[in-house]
Amino acid sequence: MEAAQPLLGQPPFERYALTAAYDEMFAPDGSVRPAYIELAHRLCSLSADELQQRQRYADLTFLNQGITFTVYGDDASIERIFPYDLLPRILTAAEWGQIESGLHQRIVALNEFLRDIYHDEHILRDGVVPRHLIYSCRHYRREMRGLTVPRGVYIAIVGTDLVRLPDGQFVVLEDNLRVPSGVSYMLTNRAVMKRALPLLFGAYGVRPIDHYGQALLATLRALAPAHCPEPTIVLLTPGVFNSAYFEHTFLARQMGIQLVEGRDLLAHNNVIYMRTTKGLQRVDVIYRRIDDDFLDPMTFRPDSILGVPGLFNAYRAGNVVLANAIGTGIADDKAIYSYAPDIIRYYLREEPILPNVPTYLCDRPADRSYVLAHLDELVVKAVGESGGYDMLIGPHSTREEQALFAERIRANPRNYIAQPTLQLSQAPCFINDVIEPRHVDLRPFVLFDGERTTIVPGGLTRVALRRGSLVVNSSQGGGSKDTWVLY
Amino acid sequence: MLSRVADSLFWMSRYLERTEHTARLIGVGLTQILDQTPQAIIPRWRRLLAALHIEPANDGLIDPQVITRLLTSEAGNPASIVACMTLARENARQVREQISSEMWEYINQLYLSVRATSIEQIWRDEPVEFYQMVKERLLLIQGVTDATMNHGEGWHFIQVGRYLERIWATTLLLEVFFQPYLAGDDGAIDAIDWVALLKSCTAFEAYCKVYTADVQPALVAEFLLLNPDSPRSIRFAADQVQTSLAQIGQLAGTRHVARVNRLAGRLRAQLDYGQVDEIIGDDLLRFLSQIRQQCSAVHDAIYRAYISYPIDQALPQ
Repeated sequence: MEAAQPLLGQPPFERYALTAAYDEMFAPDGSVRPAYIELAHRLCSLSADELQQRQRYADLTFLNQGITFTVYGDDASIERIFPYDLLPRILTAAEWGQIESGLHQRIVALNEFLRDIYHDEHILRDGVVPRHLIYSCRHYRREMRGLTVPRGVYIAIVGTDLVRLPDGQFVVLEDNLRVPSGVSYMLTNRAVMKRALPLLFGAYGVRPIDHYGQALLATLRALAPAHCPEPTIVLLTPGVFNSAYFEHTFLARQMGIQLVEGRDLLAHNNVIYMRTTKGLQRVDVIYRRIDDDFLDPMTFRPDSILGVPGLFNAYRAGNVVLANAIGTGIADDKAIYSYAPDIIRYYLREEPILPNVPTYLCDRPADRSYVLAHLDELVVKAVGESGGYDMLIGPHSTREEQALFAERIRANPRNYIAQPTLQLSQAPCFINDVIEPRHVDLRPFVLFDGERTTIVPGGLTRVALRRGSLVVNSSQGGGSKDTWVLY
Repeated sequence: MLSRVADSLFWMSRYLERTEHTARLIGVGLTQILDQTPQAIIPRWRRLLAALHIEPANDGLIDPQVITRLLTSEAGNPASIVACMTLARENARQVREQISSEMWEYINQLYLSVRATSIEQIWRDEPVEFYQMVKERLLLIQGVTDATMNHGEGWHFIQVGRYLERIWATTLLLEVFFQPYLAGDDGAIDAIDWVALLKSCTAFEAYCKVYTADVQPALVAEFLLLNPDSPRSIRFAADQVQTSLAQIGQLAGTRHVARVNRLAGRLRAQLDYGQVDEIIGDDLLRFLSQIRQQCSAVHDAIYRAYISYPIDQALPQ
């Protein structure tokens, strides 16, 4: 495809318009970016019917395999498929290289930060991060003070949200350091893609991601106590009603480990056992997909029925390993997030490779007055939430919503931060039989065993399916697409 | 294997078997009414309902449309196809990393299609075909299970679930046919009914191969109770239950399996050495209910040995 031949305005791109946002496929002058040329060729050669047929095939695959998620507070239909967009999002080797090194640097620094926070607090004493932000964080666990975790690894499994600004630069929007999800969709999107558009996929030279399961298992093994060469590793799920249950079963199967619920486990003399048909069997490593609060009713929320009474004491005694560790939420608190560049400089003496989004802490009086005066322009988020809950998108909000958030911010300023409304990059999507641009983000998945980080080349590209929308969360009507990292 | 997983596999299998049983009964029922007078139909539908533990309030409800709705799409009726499939799928979903992907996909597909089909649609098309489709898909699931899953502990729990359910359902079915027959209620059960009973167990052709098409009540009872080779007979099912439990016991190797094996062995022996003339001459109905009691005892023993055992017995010393 010659760059001189304009594609925009021609079928199937007749409804495709460039905006101020960075476009993943088209350069500002309307030419196709080199990595997308092959895809553009293919799209021009397929009829709308053919594309539709492949889209239907993909949707049916997800439904039949029961690859669904649960939406909270929706009685009518509890299980939904996560909408899948047929067209791939493509990253070049150079773009990926920067993301990879940036994530490595960030995870190592944040892990160091967690170790420091729960031990000597150098960073607080040196005044780099304000002490009161730590102690006022809902996810800070004083129970973790002075506790040594295996290999010093607090965050073994991470899913960091990146967005791309109008100048093409990737920036970090959120660190998910507690129980990040979405990796199963990355893997199933790829499997479906290989069957829906095999020729295109084969022609491209896409780096594989299928080894994620083995890499995760290797990471969990590395964390096992030294005295057990053949550790029993389990995945702890809240159960079949959890929105990510499909992912839990998927990962357990990929790794060949037991999927357990709290009621399958019990603690006795600070040792964790699972109840099997052969009797009780000792458990050494738990990849837990249950939040801190619900892990152990004797230590954390007493009303939790998902957890295991006595788990924390067994953990403290060193008889069982948890991944991720308890209390990691302190480092993905959105107020602490704004200090991530300083944290990187402090521990690694390096400049951050992936920048942050400028962030206003409502806790700071000057920032707060600025935020309150500009609620119609900013995005306001609660510091401890994820999944797009408790969030205001200024430009798309009503006066009433703004007033409500102003009230919430004044009542609890520590709980809110604000960021400029970002123009997320846009990528081509197949929507209602035509190709239209939609805003996307990128969540790569990082594994860390204390020495190495492993990042499978790819990630979950989430798509805001409503035209113009900037919210990509699955709980808020987002979809996803396969992400190709080229050699 | 996790106790909870064994529990889910066991129940998944029971519910799949139950779905098939309901679909088979309706299929036979619908074919049977085609060439009969309305008066003759009512007791037959009543028997079908009784075999599924359903007591209709009055004869006005005895209508093919009403009954098929009750047994197909009524989620509140525990014997309905939708209710059984929902529970089978829910159990499968809880262990989907333990069963093969193919098993899960076929179970999920059948669940989605029975949920998406309304009873009006079933009647607009050809009702018998719908039930035929359900049966075929269940056989497919069974075949896929045997072909894709390791025949290890989990598979044996599936076997035990299937065959315990089959014994239970078949004894109930025999009961509703033999009760009026033994009571000497003349004309209540005729040749057509005995054929229907065999067909309800997919056993008519198999019966003919053994006894020819001469359908005699005592021979029907002998076939369904004591035939060693028919997968539909109670004796065959009891053999399977005992064999699989012995395998599970060997794999588990805990101290508490003796009771399970003893109870399963006793059930099997009773059928292996049973004589149909003695059973009928003595009291067939009591025999059937004893078999069901023994099934319950086996079920309880399985749970006590493998699934809900007391923790203090299982702690390392």
